[in-house]
Amino acid sequence: MSIAEIEARTVEGREGAPGEGVLRHVVLGALFGVVLVKSEAVSWFRIQEMFRFQGFHMYGILGSAVAVAALGVALVKRYRGLAIPGKELGTGRRYWIGGTIFGLGWGLVGTCPGPMFALLGTGMGVMVVALLSALLGTWVYGHLRDRLPH
Amino acid sequence: MDFLARPWPWYVSGPLIGLFVPALLLLGGREFGISAVFRHMCAAALPGKTEFFRYDWRRAGLWNLAFVLGIALGGIACAWDKGPAHVSAATHRDLADLGVRVEGLAPFDLGSLATVRGLVCVVLGGFLVGFGARYAGGCTSGHAITGLACFELSSLVAVVGFFAGGLVSTHLLLRVIL
Repeated sequence: MSIAEIEARTVEGREGAPGEGVLRHVVLGALFGVVLVKSEAVSWFRIQEMFRFQGFHMYGILGSAVAVAALGVALVKRYRGLAIPGKELGTGRRYWIGGTIFGLGWGLVGTCPGPMFALLGTGMGVMVVALLSALLGTWVYGHLRDRLPH
Repeated sequence: MDFLARPWPWYVSGPLIGLFVPALLLLGGREFGISAVFRHMCAAALPGKTEFFRYDWRRAGLWNLAFVLGIALGGIACAWDKGPAHVSAATHRDLADLGVRVEGLAPFDLGSLATVRGLVCVVLGGFLVGFGARYAGGCTSGHAITGLACFELSSLVAVVGFFAGGLVSTHLLLRVIL
């Protein structure tokens, strides 16, 4: 499978006119942002605690989130017939190489993409720089991807 | 009002986070994931020469842009909740050994960009997060939550990578730069 075909899956465009549901997604995002901050999953220190195996908090969050999400996905599939499209493993290289690169960054900046936006909202101006750096990283990946193993 | 203050315990915040996967599926037909928003922003602002950023970003990603705008608004609503993160005593000790005090939610601000520590953590860290998330086709939300909830092997491989990279940063790189 070509990289373009693989990548076509990550632009998750289900049908819908441009602008449809914008307000709904702003509201959902706001609720998500509140939970992110209140859970302290946005904190560099919590991420350090996790990578040092010194607390259960982040593992509890991720584990229970996955369990509830799995139940939700199964119910939505059963009763609404809606399913999330699968991602083929292929050679698996893009997942372990890309994943490891992401992890190196996660350990340094201590926030994944969602929390960057939440922290910006709490007034942490330095997150503008983190977000611009992430955008640059995405842009560079986009221009190098044909030369990278996938 | 005390129950509104940080930290919400994991058994409250974790399940709430998990609910966003079926909620987005039901309310908008969307797959929960954040990092693709960086791709949509590139596509909207500066697509350059690659096919990768040439698609109808409004159709594919307007919901995602709306969602992260919401996340920032949620952050504003929590801006009153100051104070340090509540990490374990062991983490306090380890970080103190590296000369880092647990204050607020991160050990850097705009002023730290003039230091090696701040520059590496924020600029290099941010760059790798953006690069790696797109390379792997998702971040914590798309792979570690949505992907694992769908029992995707590819997401499990990506999550193992997330942790491998994070452990290297924590136990090797931070030791050098902090």
